[in-house]
Amino acid sequence: MTDALLDVRGLEAGYGAGRVLFGIDLQVAAGSVTALLGANGAGKTTTLRALCGLIRLQGHVTLGGQRIDGMATEEIVRLGVAHVPDGRGTFTGLTTEENLRMGACTRRDKAGVREDFERFYEYFPRLKERRHQQAGTLSGGEQQMLAIARALMLRPKLLLMDEPSFGLAPKVVQDIFRIMRRVREEQQVAILLVEQNASLALELADHAFLLETGRIALAGPAAAVRSNEAVRAAYLGGST
Amino acid sequence: MQKKLLFVALLAAACVLPFVLPSYAVFQATMVIAYALALLGLNLLTGYNGQISLGHGAFFALGAYVAAMLMEQAGWPYWATLPAAALAGGVVGYLFGLPALKLDGVYLALATFALGVATPQLLKYKGFEAWTGGSQGLVLAKPEAPFGLPLNSDQWLYFFSLAVAIALFAAARNLLRGSAGLRVVAVRDHAIAAQAMGIDNARVKTLTFGISAMYTSVGGALSAIVVQFVAPDSFSVFLSITLLVGAVVGGLASLSGALYGALFIQFVPQLAEQVSKAAPWAVYGAILLALMLVWPTGMAGGAARLQTWFNRRRQP
Amino acid sequence: MNAFFAQLMSGLATGGIYASLALALVMIYRSTHHVNFAQGEMAMFSTFIASMLLQAGWPYWAAFFATVVIAFVMGAAIEAVLVRRLRHAPVLAIVVVFVALLVILHSLAGWLFGYTIRSFPSPFAEAAVAGGLLSPHQLGAIGVTLLMLALMYLFFRYSPLGLQMRATAENPTSSRLVGVRVNRMLALGWGLAGAIGAVAGMMVAPVVFLDVHMMSGVLLYAFAAAVLGGIGSAPGAVAGGFIVGVLENLLGTYVVGAELKLSVALVLIIVVLVAKPSGLFGKAIVVRV
Repeated sequence: MTDALLDVRGLEAGYGAGRVLFGIDLQVAAGSVTALLGANGAGKTTTLRALCGLIRLQGHVTLGGQRIDGMATEEIVRLGVAHVPDGRGTFTGLTTEENLRMGACTRRDKAGVREDFERFYEYFPRLKERRHQQAGTLSGGEQQMLAIARALMLRPKLLLMDEPSFGLAPKVVQDIFRIMRRVREEQQVAILLVEQNASLALELADHAFLLETGRIALAGPAAAVRSNEAVRAAYLGGST
Repeated sequence: MQKKLLFVALLAAACVLPFVLPSYAVFQATMVIAYALALLGLNLLTGYNGQISLGHGAFFALGAYVAAMLMEQAGWPYWATLPAAALAGGVVGYLFGLPALKLDGVYLALATFALGVATPQLLKYKGFEAWTGGSQGLVLAKPEAPFGLPLNSDQWLYFFSLAVAIALFAAARNLLRGSAGLRVVAVRDHAIAAQAMGIDNARVKTLTFGISAMYTSVGGALSAIVVQFVAPDSFSVFLSITLLVGAVVGGLASLSGALYGALFIQFVPQLAEQVSKAAPWAVYGAILLALMLVWPTGMAGGAARLQTWFNRRRQP
Repeated sequence: MNAFFAQLMSGLATGGIYASLALALVMIYRSTHHVNFAQGEMAMFSTFIASMLLQAGWPYWAAFFATVVIAFVMGAAIEAVLVRRLRHAPVLAIVVVFVALLVILHSLAGWLFGYTIRSFPSPFAEAAVAGGLLSPHQLGAIGVTLLMLALMYLFFRYSPLGLQMRATAENPTSSRLVGVRVNRMLALGWGLAGAIGAVAGMMVAPVVFLDVHMMSGVLLYAFAAAVLGGIGSAPGAVAGGFIVGVLENLLGTYVVGAELKLSVALVLIIVVLVAKPSGLFGKAIVVRV
């Protein structure tokens, strides 16, 4: 894909002396959903952190043709990249609504922001109910929704999602994925989705990359990855 | 083996010192010993147990005044005031450690800072004036060497302090090496894990506070005996800050650090003062900054690193 | 009864001064979650700068505003050069650095401006005297404090920049992830605190006279005020300041005697931190794990 929104070549990253990623290539097309799969410790979270500049990296990362590797996180974000981190990253001391306002803090279009507030309160009615409540008191699922909504308030071109299903009850996970499907239809945002829950991710995604101990082991359209024998055995429970 | 030889050599040198140096230098050396004990106390609390104190000057003052009052007002012999100062320090430290339990990090620093700032006022309190001598303080008589030994006062006090210090340092060393020491450090490094392992964090912390205050008190008592004078304004918050500087510069969580730190706080201000009246504190500040930003382990850390480097080179 | 009332009023007056320095402490805390032990010395240093400008012939308000701007720049510079490096340092290192800052500013002031006490003018001296118990300056100082309080409260509660600063203090990483330029926020917080401290210093100096030790005691009372009111709460700090001022005066006059006033602050700090750490007006933050 030469016209990819996000183009990553030879990404290497790690923490201190420990290297985690050993040269990753991946692409995300504008408006598409790309899944990044892999077991615990494969390097999925590290990849997302490197992409938004939270950790040091080597390699070539371009967003819409512009090099972003080496840029400060806040500058990458201002170019249109939103990250929903593992752990949600909620501002626990602020209210729900203040969290959302923070998501919009770099935007200049007041009318657009108001529109988005209405729209996201409609996607996530529970957030609307709790909008003046301190965000730290929300449940895990609600905080996840808040994190997603806050990221969407940036009106990003690219949304990086780190394990949205983590630690959540199955019903809540379904709700969240349903919303993500809706987001993907109604907004023109590309999503790079990191998930341990491979089957859920592959249902939603257009393309998929499989990460194994810091290297891309498999890449291709989601359907192809889903029907791959090795993937089925290791990540999808082995059933046909 | 090497370490023991080094220690014996240093001890021998220390014993020879008072006979080759002029009286004033011997006096300074004795002050270094007093400060080293005070710093050992602070080190125990902050370095080994992780509780920050910006108010240890208060315990130094406590020991100094207990010694002074017992000597001047109650006629006690100077050597008997040391156990009294130790007891006073231990008790007050433990009591202060009780509410301090609930405070962590910056808040404890804040509370101890308040203690350090309030100390001179407490010492000047009119109600205690009969004992403390109020703003004027107390003047003490200089002890003579006992049993007619052929030593002058300065030399005698030096050996006396040295003996006390060696005993107390050895006690601290044994304490830290034993299971008590492990508990103290465990509480510093990982309070939750320590508690999960059955360590009574509260008890460890308050006891450490008490023991720390005890050591600093003894240092204060010695300093009072040596200087022969106590007055409230010598024990301002800047004394507490000086002690902190000494502990940090010497190297926290290290017994030898107390000695390095004491040497630092005794001699560096005198050198700096020759440049300007304001200089000593500027020097303190600058060095503190440099250490925190660049070299956090202090002089003891530097010495340890030198040792490692030396050892590595000796291997073929 | 009259004497008691006089003490009360006098307590409120000194309380207003403690409150203004406490506001600077709160500003730093709200924007960086740090407790700045050097706040008093920063304020003292700024007041000396004002004094130099006045001596050079500047009119009062010109010197006042110039000093506030200089103090802002100094505060921001200290953050950018020094505090920023401590981002991930342990608490002890941070406390030591602030103490070092205190010490350096103290000695720098002594070296640059000397140790002799000097007087400092009040802008309110000629104003009409209202109510016999408080001098024009005391009233003016209280007014200035309340004005700063109002501005701070509105700033943090309602302005977008204030929200960004609160978020940055609480969670710098998440703030970056929404595009906040964190470095600027932190420098801004320190700059504002420096400016507030300068105002506090210029209100204190006419009363206690200007010298390098001017702020040592005041800092302690300001800490007591901030702790009592809740170190993250501006209205709390001001209320705390007035309470501390009145308590100090009343206890000092009727109970413990003037010499033990600082001990009142000490006891207050310990009692509040142990019994209700979030202060009278601070809210405890609950986090669901």
